[in-house]
Order: sequence, then structure tokens, then C-alpha cells
Amino acid sequence: MSLQVDDLRVYYRTLKGDVKALDGVSFSMEDGEILGLAGESGCGKTTLGKSLIRMDGRMRHIGGTVELDGRELPIGDDRRMNDFRFREVSLIPQYSMSAMNPTRKIGRMVRELLRSRGATLDLDELESRLSLVELPHAVLDRYPIELSGGMKQRMVMVISTLLDPSLLIADEVTSALDVSTQKAVARALIGFRDAGFVKSMIFVTHDLALTSHIADTIMVMYAGKLAEKAPATAIVKKPRHPYTKLLLDSLPEVGVRYTDKRLAGIAGSPPSLLDPPAGCRFRDRCPIAGEECAQEPPMAEIEPNHFVACWKA
Amino acid sequence: MLKLDNVTKVYKVGAFGGKVFAAVDGVSFDVQAGEVVSLIGESGSGKSTIGKMILGLASITGGSITVDGVPVKPGKDYYRHVQGVFQDPFSCYNPVFKADRVFRMIKEAYYPQVGEKEWDERVRSTVRDVRLDPDQVLGRYPHQLSGGQLQRLLIARALLLDLKLLVADEITSMLDASTRIDVLNLLAELKERGLGVLYVTHDLSLGNYLAERTVVLRRGTVVEMGVTGKVFGNPLHPYTRQLLSAVPRLHSPWEDAAPMQTCHYHENAASGAMFEAEPGHLVACAQLDACPQ
Ligand SMILES: Nc1ncnc2c1ncn2[C@@H]1O[C@H](COP(=O)(O)OP(=O)(O)OP(=O)(O)O)[C@@H](O)[C@H]1O
Ligand SMILES: Nc1ncnc2c1ncn2[C@@H]1O[C@H](COP(=O)(O)OP(=O)(O)OP(=O)(O)O)[C@@H](O)[C@H]1O
Ligand code: SF4
Ligand SMILES: [Mg+2]
Ligand SMILES: [Mg+2]
Repeated sequence: MSLQVDDLRVYYRTLKGDVKALDGVSFSMEDGEILGLAGESGCGKTTLGKSLIRMDGRMRHIGGTVELDGRELPIGDDRRMNDFRFREVSLIPQYSMSAMNPTRKIGRMVRELLRSRGATLDLDELESRLSLVELPHAVLDRYPIELSGGMKQRMVMVISTLLDPSLLIADEVTSALDVSTQKAVARALIGFRDAGFVKSMIFVTHDLALTSHIADTIMVMYAGKLAEKAPATAIVKKPRHPYTKLLLDSLPEVGVRYTDKRLAGIAGSPPSLLDPPAGCRFRDRCPIAGEECAQEPPMAEIEPNHFVACWKA
Repeated sequence: MLKLDNVTKVYKVGAFGGKVFAAVDGVSFDVQAGEVVSLIGESGSGKSTIGKMILGLASITGGSITVDGVPVKPGKDYYRHVQGVFQDPFSCYNPVFKADRVFRMIKEAYYPQVGEKEWDERVRSTVRDVRLDPDQVLGRYPHQLSGGQLQRLLIARALLLDLKLLVADEITSMLDASTRIDVLNLLAELKERGLGVLYVTHDLSLGNYLAERTVVLRRGTVVEMGVTGKVFGNPLHPYTRQLLSAVPRLHSPWEDAAPMQTCHYHENAASGAMFEAEPGHLVACAQLDACPQ
């Protein structure tokens, strides 16, 4: 097993109280697994990624453990995490394209970054990885501003995996890409896994169709908790959690037009994470909610490898 | 309303700007009031550059861009009617200010006469329109919000103005499917009230859902454009076909389109070489063998 997360709780401290962005999340990943992570905007996906690599000053590790390749990650200890970052766990952050230092040419930036980690640059290796994501070698002589959004995104992807981390967290890395580049990047990610540049990967995205093509498993979060986790095909073909079902229903198939058929999102909005209600967090919006839903539904394995947190699944 | 006429953008690249590179090359199209035009095309094809030129954030090298007949003129009067929401919301916020400060700045610049209470109510209702809970998001710093929350605050900010034209550059890319549909429906309602939208997207099914017309851009030139149903229903340019085949679909595996063949003539020709394949459907090169050159 590559990753084992147990009852992870991470809150943000704010003036109004704690934002319970991760409130008891447990799952595991096998070696070589690509896990697609989806869910409502603001449900805690980025927080999960950040927790596994670097907590910012306002994040608090309230409870739970994370084990990577049999070793416990000291996620609450910023300094001890330094031994793991980049080498063992690497993150391609959401909007990483705006995070590149604008005053450095890309080649120089890569060299400096590697040096700061005590590694040297293998130019041949770098070039072969650039070509895997279809970037010309000339990008190394450019400044970040001279690249389009999609080019920067692919550059960051190459940089983050140069030291062959065990776990890669890719947060919305394809969201800004056109479909053909998206396909190329998605396949490159699979290629990175197959080539052993990364052992396993968490692929955060809103694009369920895309995830279904590259992920082995899909995990759906809702308001700081897990709703459902199952093999990708099961999520797409036989979703069991009402939230997953409604989410899939709000996808326009190619061909549907606003003027012909007006799609609707899921009515209502997710609960505040400052003071989330007891019981199932989807209750207010759930079309089949019942009495029992006032109690929190546990995550249950209703079929092999198919986990759902819903009383009525 | 918005009209691009033979627009070109040349960037100087390389050390000391030694080389030049045409990011946008002879692009012409228009957006009418009450119309959504979607702009699609591969990464680096010049979509954001076009958006930036419309907003006066990048200079125009050649050709002209006008809104209601008036050339782009960055300034308060222009931005009252023309706004853009760009790809990466973090770069649009100053991290040391709370996110709602952007709303405050709008009020100070454009609506000083509006009373505090009324303004507050307007902000809250616009924030609700983009499916956010004002109590949850107002008063937070940018880094305290999720990507999709920030993205929607930027949309809300633009909507507070008396908009005629919105340049929306991948604004729904960070939203889950359900929230995204809500935001799209909101744009559709605004469109029905007369807003013109240039909707840059890579999600072809969203472009198809919302847009009256579609412009397909490749390497800075338009390869195909026209009524959305025609462009998507009967794609003629090999590049458009390639794009459509790359769309990930839920229940079927990725098609592998044959590698795109290109017409050498049009690869190099200016976009003036477009012809009308059917009414309301222009294409740069319908078929390789049918190429008139
Ligand atoms: N530094 C912070 N302080 C307080 N609250 C925060 C902070 N960062 C994030 N949050 C809140 O925590 C919740 C989870 O945020 P997170 O960024 O993990 O969401 P997400 O699932 O990645 O959403 P998106 O899909 O929009 O990127 C959100 O409601 C957000 O407002
Ligand atoms: N300031 C700049 N200096 C030099 N070249 C630039 C600059 N900005 C953009 N470019 C180049 O112009 C081309 C078009 O970039 P643009 O950002 O418009 O692409 P895009 O279509 O928006 O792509 P994406 O879908 O990846 O966002 C790219 O090749 C890019 O490298
Ligand atoms: S537990 Fe109840 S409220 Fe929650 S999703 Fe299931 S049926 Fe709906
Ligand atoms: Mg996020
Ligand atoms: Mg762009």
C-alpha cells in the first residue's frame, strides 16, 4: 500500500472560528494507483492536497494520521516534512501557473530549485520529460510570462516530478488546458506513472469525464467529508451516493444547448464549514433524505472497493 | 458591438527581444449585444492575448478592436462597460487585501453616490447569484478561499458594473459541474438582457451549451467559425475535428483521431483565406483536396 490516510482532520483557524475543511477523511491508495478526486468547489480538495505536503500557518492538524510507504508523514511538523517534500510527496498546486518566479528564466529556475534540494540537473532527462509533455526545449530560455497558461502548467508538471516522488498530487492541472493538450497531459501523467517517475497520484479535478479516462479510482468529497469512493467505472456507471448522481447529471453532453434544454445545478448550497450541521452534510439538498439522515452516515463498503457514506445507498 | 478587424499581436521574445512572434495573426470576428461567442483553440493559440487586447491590457500590434465603433480605450469609462475575468484568479487579487476590497474599489470608482446599505445589498445579492454564501466568503483574504470561490468572486465583481461586454477567459474551469451550470445559466440570463460575452473555454460541451457562435483559433489565426451548431455539427477543418475527437466523454473511451494533416497553403496563409462553406459557417480550409489553392 502506498498511502494510508486515517481519520484526517485539518481545520483553518479564522476570526469567526475553525473552518472544518477536512473533517474525518480516511482512504488508502495502492502502489501505481491514480486516484481522481472530485467534489463541490470549496469542499476541501485542495486542503487535502496541502495537508499532505505543506500546511500553511493557519491550518491545524486536529487529528488523524497519514502513512506513505509504511512511514508516518509528520504532516503537522513543517520542518520535518522537508525531508519528504519534493522527494517523496510532490504537489502541482492549483494555479501553479501563476506561481512561477517571473524574474527568472525557466531553465535557471529549474536549476536553482534542484540545487536547493541538493540535486543536480540531468539535462537529457529534463529534455526527454519536456518532450513527453510536448514542450519544446526552447522553453528553458523563456520567462514564465512568455508562455501560455497551458505551457506553464505542463512546465510545472515536469518540474514537480523531477525527483521521482512516490506520491504526486496534481491539483486541477488540466483545468486550463484545451482538450487536445488536456488529453496529452492526462496521458503524460499516466506515462509518468508507468515510467515510474511517480508511484501513485492524486488527480484533483472537476472534470469527471476526464478523470474517468485516467483514474483507476474516483473519490468524491462533499463539505469536508468523503461521500463515495469506487473504481472509476463504477462511479461513472453505477454511482450510489445521491450527490455523485446529481453531479453526474449536471454534466452537459456534447450537443446539449441552453436554448433547447436548460440544465440545472443541484439546488441549494453546501453547508458552512464553520459550523457544519450534525448528520449527513448533504441532507439539505438531498432529494431522498429521511429521518435517519440526522445521524451521520458511516462510510460502508457496499461492494468490493465501493465505499459510500449514505444511509440509503 | 465588439468588432475585431484583422487584429495582430506580435511579441518580442528571446534575449533583448531579438526575435518576434505573432501570437495573434489577422483575426477578425465580432460579438453582438445579447450574444455569447465562444473562442476555442489549443493552448498557446492566442485566446488570452485576444482577451487582453480587448481589455487594453496588451497593446494591439495591427488591425483594430472597437466596442460600439469606438477603439479600445482603457480607462474608467471603458471599464464601466467592458470587463474581463481571467484564467488565474490569484494573480488578480492583491493578497494583502481582503477579497471584498475589490468590491469596495468598484464602489469608490464607479458608484460613489450609492448609499452604503444599498451597495452592501447589491454586493451580497451578486455574490449569491454566483452561488456563494456572502457570510462565508466576504471578509476573507484571497488565500482563505478555494479556487472556485475566488473565481466566482471575480465574476461577481464584473457583474456589479453596468456591463455591455464581458470577456470570460476560462472562468468556469475551476468549478464543479453543478456550480458551473448555475454560473452558465446566469451568463445566459445576462445575455438575454443584452450582455455580449466572449467566452473563452476549452470545454467544448460548455461552449456548445451556451454560445450562439463559435470561433476556432489555431496558432493565432481563425481556422473555422460560425453558428455553433454548424461548427460542431459539421466540423470542416481538420483541426476542429481533432479538437472534437479529444473531448473526453463519460461513457466512451477517447477516440484517437488520425494525426492532423495540414494544408500547406493555409498553414502559411493569412486568415483572409477563409471561405463560406455554408451560410453562417466560415472555414479556412474545408478539405485538403478541396483546397482552392
Ligand atoms: N486559509 C484559509 N482560511 C480559512 N478558510 C479557508 C482557507 N483556505 C481554504 N478555506 C476554506 O476551506 C474550504 C475548503 O477549501 P479548499 O481550497 O480545500 O476547496 P477545494 O475543494 O479545493 O475547492 P475548489 O474546487 O474551489 O478549488 C473552503 O470553504 C474555503 O473557503
Ligand atoms: N508577454 C508575452 N511575451 C511573449 N510571448 C507571449 C506573451 N504572452 C503570451 N505570449 C505567447 O503568445 C502565445 C499565445 O498566448 P496566450 O496566452 O494568448 O494563449 P492561450 O490561447 O490563452 O493559451 P492557453 O489556453 O494555454 O491559456 C503563446 O505562445 C505565448 O507563449
Ligand atoms: S445519508 Fe441521507 S441525506 Fe445523506 S445522502 Fe444519503 S439519503 Fe441523502
Ligand atoms: Mg481547490
Ligand atoms: Mg489563456
